[in-house]
Amino acid sequence: MLNLFDLEKKINSELTTKINKTEIKHNQLYMEIDKEDLIDVTLFIKTNKDTKFRQLIDITVVDYPEKAQRFKVVYLFLSHEFNQRMILSYDINENEVISSLTTIFPSANWMEREVFDMYGVNFKDHPDLRRILTDYGFEGHPLRKDFPLTGHSEVRYSEDQKKVINEPVKLEQNYRNFDYESPWEGTKYIKEQTDNDKKN
Amino acid sequence: MTKKIKNLNLNFGPQHPAAHGVLRLILELDGEVVEKADPHIGLLHRGTEKLIENKTYMQAVPYFDRLDYVAPMNQEHAFALAIEKILRINVPIRAQYIRVMFCEIGRILSHILNVTTQALDVGALTPSLWGFEERETLMTFYERASGSRLHANYFRAGGVHQDLPAGLENDIAKFCESFPKIINDLENLLTDNRIFKQRNVDIGIVSKEDALDYSFSGVMIRGSGIPWDLRKSQPYDCYNQLEFKIPVGKNGDCYDRYLCRIEEMKESISIIKQCLAKMEKGPIKTLDGKITPPSKKEIKQSMEALIHHFKLFTEGYRVPKDEIYTAVEAPKGEFGVYLISDGSSKPYKCKIRAPGFSHLQSMDYLIKGHMLADVPAVLGSLDIVFGEVDR
Repeated sequence: MLNLFDLEKKINSELTTKINKTEIKHNQLYMEIDKEDLIDVTLFIKTNKDTKFRQLIDITVVDYPEKAQRFKVVYLFLSHEFNQRMILSYDINENEVISSLTTIFPSANWMEREVFDMYGVNFKDHPDLRRILTDYGFEGHPLRKDFPLTGHSEVRYSEDQKKVINEPVKLEQNYRNFDYESPWEGTKYIKEQTDNDKKN
Repeated sequence: MTKKIKNLNLNFGPQHPAAHGVLRLILELDGEVVEKADPHIGLLHRGTEKLIENKTYMQAVPYFDRLDYVAPMNQEHAFALAIEKILRINVPIRAQYIRVMFCEIGRILSHILNVTTQALDVGALTPSLWGFEERETLMTFYERASGSRLHANYFRAGGVHQDLPAGLENDIAKFCESFPKIINDLENLLTDNRIFKQRNVDIGIVSKEDALDYSFSGVMIRGSGIPWDLRKSQPYDCYNQLEFKIPVGKNGDCYDRYLCRIEEMKESISIIKQCLAKMEKGPIKTLDGKITPPSKKEIKQSMEALIHHFKLFTEGYRVPKDEIYTAVEAPKGEFGVYLISDGSSKPYKCKIRAPGFSHLQSMDYLIKGHMLADVPAVLGSLDIVFGEVDR
């Protein structure tokens, strides 16, 4: 049985050009690749006799609006045989279309639908790319960082029209997000001052 | 003369007692045979992940109770473990036993609900009446420890919120003596019951390969004969100091999954007994004052404790920049939390991996070619709770 370090070496030697970075922490292997190599790398780790990552645990996206490549797509794999976990990731732009894993792992179907629903990332060759968790006719992608916590529209039953209607959110009080960061640690000008003091 | 036959589309749910919640299932029927099933989920979507991003780590815990609401503490456990691993704090041994004990109570809660409602779906009323009485007893244990029957909010990063009240350990021990008889009664009603077997044996068979491909976990994968349990293979807290067996099925049908659940309940009772025996007096949460709030008594006497209390309940504790995936063996399967912290007191991202999500996804594959009447049986054996599927 291979331990994580052997696994890291093995993957690095077999897929040299395709792996950008590997790291081991918290007893898991973190791996960064390029968008184009997803299918090749996944097929390799699923079928190779020394890796056998037979199960796709989850797919998700992390949103970093300030970065040039906004989304980080993350795949979590599990190998029952060797009892190992791997986290595979790559960065993409907002409008990029990425390959679907549904042909390799049937369970990727709903996971990719969820990513599409929550972040608006599009998948190539997905058999059935529809929204999954949000309401019928929902607009926007809720887990993006620029989507407000209170949402854009609310649903209520209208006594006049005798039906359920959608209307823009009206808040009696604005959503308040208090900043509790310690002023002596958090605020910039004091930090700069203390840094200067240290230098002097 | 040829007759044109059109398939019938049937809308099952979202308000259907056998849908185990708000599932809308669009079934395409050819006569009574199901050709295609398209589950529509999300009717209970509350945006848990978005809300957690806007709450401090301590405020985020109650959201986990509301995922799989029949076994709340198992979910909290995953979140607590994720934070502990990033913060690199050790949990006192007593707290570990308390947490494991309540996780096993949660497992029994969930399995009783599942086994009895599955029986209800296929026509047996009595098991649910007997089983729910026991669930009520277990929920009073929850209430005595945490103050609430369902939404416990009891686990914290570094331990549990408070120590067990006097007498609770004895009462749980008493329950462990009386409960095996109830399991036997349930088994007398179901295991060899002709109707129950006719409805469950050879229904919804999952092969080993498919169980892996469809990302199954928990009873769904063990029912198909793969001996995989995170409590054994990747032990967390004090599971490596406890002895228990992993029941495994043979055929991967609904009946085998039922048998696995029954056996798991018996194992859980044995784990709870071991926890009670090994539990010693001691602290129940980490003593690090930057993470654990001070006691009321300290606040009254110490200025520093007062400041800590104020900071912990306004800003919360900070978690250094890191990224981690932590999973626990929840009653329904692998429940995982993929947590990204950015050094502030709120999670940057918290993806929740719910076992029911991938189980329900396979509905189409499981039910294809079965009769309409098998839909509730298969759905029941998947053990779906919409709190966690929709998040």
